Amino acid sequence: MPKYTFRVNGRAVSVDSWDPAQPLLYVLRNGLGLHAVKFGCGLGQCGACTVLIDGKAARSCSTPVAQVGGRAVTTLEGLGTPEKPDKLQAAFIAEQAAQCGYCTNGMIMSAKSLLNQTPNPTSEQVKQGMAGNLCRCGTYTRILSAVMRAVKA
Amino acid sequence: MNRRDFLRTSSVVIVTFTFGRTIAESGLAQDTNLGKPVDPREVDSFLAIHADGTVTIYTSKVDVGTGLNIAMTQMVAEELGIPVDRVSVVEGDTALTPDQGGTGGSTGITRGGTELRQAAATARQALLKLGVNADMTNIGMVAGGKRLDLKVDAKAPLRDPSSYRIVGKPILRPDVPKKCTGTNVFLQDFSVPGMLHGRMIRPPSLGAKLISVDEVSIRGIPDVRVVRIQNFLGVVANDEWAAVRAAKALKTTWSESQTLPGSERLDGFVRATAIERDETIVNRGDPATALPSTAKQLSATYWWPLQSHASLGPSCAVVDFRPEGTTIWTASQGPHGLRANFARVFGIPEDKLRVIFMDGSGSYGSNGNDDAAADALLLSRAAGKPVRVQWMREDEHTWDPKGPPQLLDIRGGLDAENRIAAWETQMWLPANVQGSRPLLAVDDAGIAQPHGRGAGQISQNGDPPYAAPNVKVVVHWLKETPLRLSNLRAPGKIANIFAVESFTDELASAAGIDPLEFRLRGITDPRAIDVIKRATEMIGWESRPSPNSRTQSGSVRVGRGMAYMRYKQMENYVAMAMEVAVDRSSGKINVKRITCAHDCGLVINPDGLRNQIEGCILQTLGRTLHEETTFDRSRVTSVDWKSYPILSFPEVPAVDVALIDRPALPPMGAGEAATAPVAAALANAVFDATGVRLRRVPLKLG
Repeated sequence: MPKYTFRVNGRAVSVDSWDPAQPLLYVLRNGLGLHAVKFGCGLGQCGACTVLIDGKAARSCSTPVAQVGGRAVTTLEGLGTPEKPDKLQAAFIAEQAAQCGYCTNGMIMSAKSLLNQTPNPTSEQVKQGMAGNLCRCGTYTRILSAVMRAVKA
Repeated sequence: MNRRDFLRTSSVVIVTFTFGRTIAESGLAQDTNLGKPVDPREVDSFLAIHADGTVTIYTSKVDVGTGLNIAMTQMVAEELGIPVDRVSVVEGDTALTPDQGGTGGSTGITRGGTELRQAAATARQALLKLGVNADMTNIGMVAGGKRLDLKVDAKAPLRDPSSYRIVGKPILRPDVPKKCTGTNVFLQDFSVPGMLHGRMIRPPSLGAKLISVDEVSIRGIPDVRVVRIQNFLGVVANDEWAAVRAAKALKTTWSESQTLPGSERLDGFVRATAIERDETIVNRGDPATALPSTAKQLSATYWWPLQSHASLGPSCAVVDFRPEGTTIWTASQGPHGLRANFARVFGIPEDKLRVIFMDGSGSYGSNGNDDAAADALLLSRAAGKPVRVQWMREDEHTWDPKGPPQLLDIRGGLDAENRIAAWETQMWLPANVQGSRPLLAVDDAGIAQPHGRGAGQISQNGDPPYAAPNVKVVVHWLKETPLRLSNLRAPGKIANIFAVESFTDELASAAGIDPLEFRLRGITDPRAIDVIKRATEMIGWESRPSPNSRTQSGSVRVGRGMAYMRYKQMENYVAMAMEVAVDRSSGKINVKRITCAHDCGLVINPDGLRNQIEGCILQTLGRTLHEETTFDRSRVTSVDWKSYPILSFPEVPAVDVALIDRPALPPMGAGEAATAPVAAALANAVFDATGVRLRRVPLKLG
């Protein structure tokens, strides 16, 4: 069975997949037990499955595992823990920027990617930059406040 | 390749030990209450005191991202007199929690919280008699691990709200740090040993019959088994991706027929649908006689389409079917109701069926969760192993039961002083049918089941909350409706208030009176006046009649609108104002700012409450601007986020919420009320900006 080697949250991993087209989402969740990434649509439309690949936001539901070989994947678990959250996670917690929390992974990872590229965005830039992340509970205003809080932190 | 092999061949093995798994391994389905009382008359059903001084509370009201968990914790901690961090919650487990009804209709706090509070108040009196000190510091030593063996005393004294130290504080939700770090265990993340992954192949259209299945078409996909029971078709596999691939690749032939009216002119279809019965729900004075002699008369028709719950995560369930006892892990808002229904439908004794709630994607009523559980149950029964089913995006958008289509005609008249003299509302609504909602899998599998229909209390708030001597509200209950229905957040009320509060605005405009002044002239309830004044002050309300007659250059027109309602005419008071900029050339409606004043009686947790109100507003903004379940003669055609868009980030306005706390009054739920005035406030603002009255949702400027 083909083997794919890449880095996840700073550690080297090697995974088998019977199908090179298997989306990274399933490899992370079922193969590596990293459950932060969520299946939302499988179509790249909602953003719930967002991870960073080489520092940039990518939709793990539509990224074949074969494309990840040799690259560095970061998931929400790689940022911080409840005890030691990173700056963005801490800002989301401080703003209580979640309801059901199903979109939260994607929101934080997309914000991370945005801040990697634009460290001092305006609110408007955040809204535009995260246009591909949906929140059905309507927590958007808090998410925006959280990202702006992290920018200022 | 199964999951274990997958892990063995990986260079990194990350062991995930889930909270859910410990429950799974400790709980035996056949021991229905695990020795713990669940009778809602008993204090021990609600509370367990442990030797370390911590307390577990048990409730059937589940937190679907609403902050209910922390609010109930605060109510119990306050009443018992212990710190919040010593209280934990077990929710929605039919083996452990008393049945306080499902979570819906904004009853989480109103019923769930107040019942727990009364149990805690009863417990406190008993604990004091047992020798626990007033600060409860020796509660574990004296009462830990013991039953109180007490009936809940409805007269046990409650603390005076002026002495509250915990209730009313914005205490942070315990789930948020976990949700922000990927450590919260959602149902979607849960697994049990030996579990298979299932995916469904649903009929391509309503009522389609399965003619043949070509299993050769999935021969290249490892370890997949096809499960067919009449028209029920699914696949199970060790590997989730294999199940996904197989469900997509499996070649099938179906016989189809055209059973739907199509969504294009659904309002006409609804108006022409046979009426089962008429119900007069408000009848005051004699509007039919009064109306023709009023000074000014208006009439208008309003339309609200079918809408989806559109959960961000598709519905999911894990079921371990065993003859000796079946366990269902679900995110359903009604675990006890699910158990009762599944017991009947599948012929399983209730004491051999345990339903355990776990966090899921927000469901806003009854989405596809019950159906996913039925899918997983049939697959588990066929496979002889536990099965996890998660629907795909298209399954959720197509098959979740929908919020009903609503058609309203209103006519009204003003007297010589421009006061409402007569008002008549007629509603065309799908009639309820006795019995539970049919489960998709059960129909597909040809198993007999009830075919009930209900979408909640959808006829409320059809009358104006303003002084009017002659008012009549009639519901034409319809025999038919095209799609399966269920409760969708604030059932019926959003559309009814859209109509009533738009029409109020139309009357104000016809009278040439400022919409705020027009409303205040017809209202005397001080709580109503408070929210109306507050919301309009916050937006800097310009007092003038609508539409905005100020000369505006370019193609952008700005305006403001408002709406007010009292939820179910007896619960929360909510007023809302909006500021919009409408581009007349593109038709784009840009909502700039929303203010909301909200009075739900006693406030338990102001930050949790604000979060709910903000969510109510933004979700409903999307429902008003974009959402419509579309279908042709055979099938639903709004099947993903492109064909069924919801509110997106760039559209998000500034939202400013004012809470009016009434500590002396009972607490009301807040998961729905603030949704109800959104559509009307928006349509009224668009009218103010443009002079165009939009009476159909989703709002579209021609």
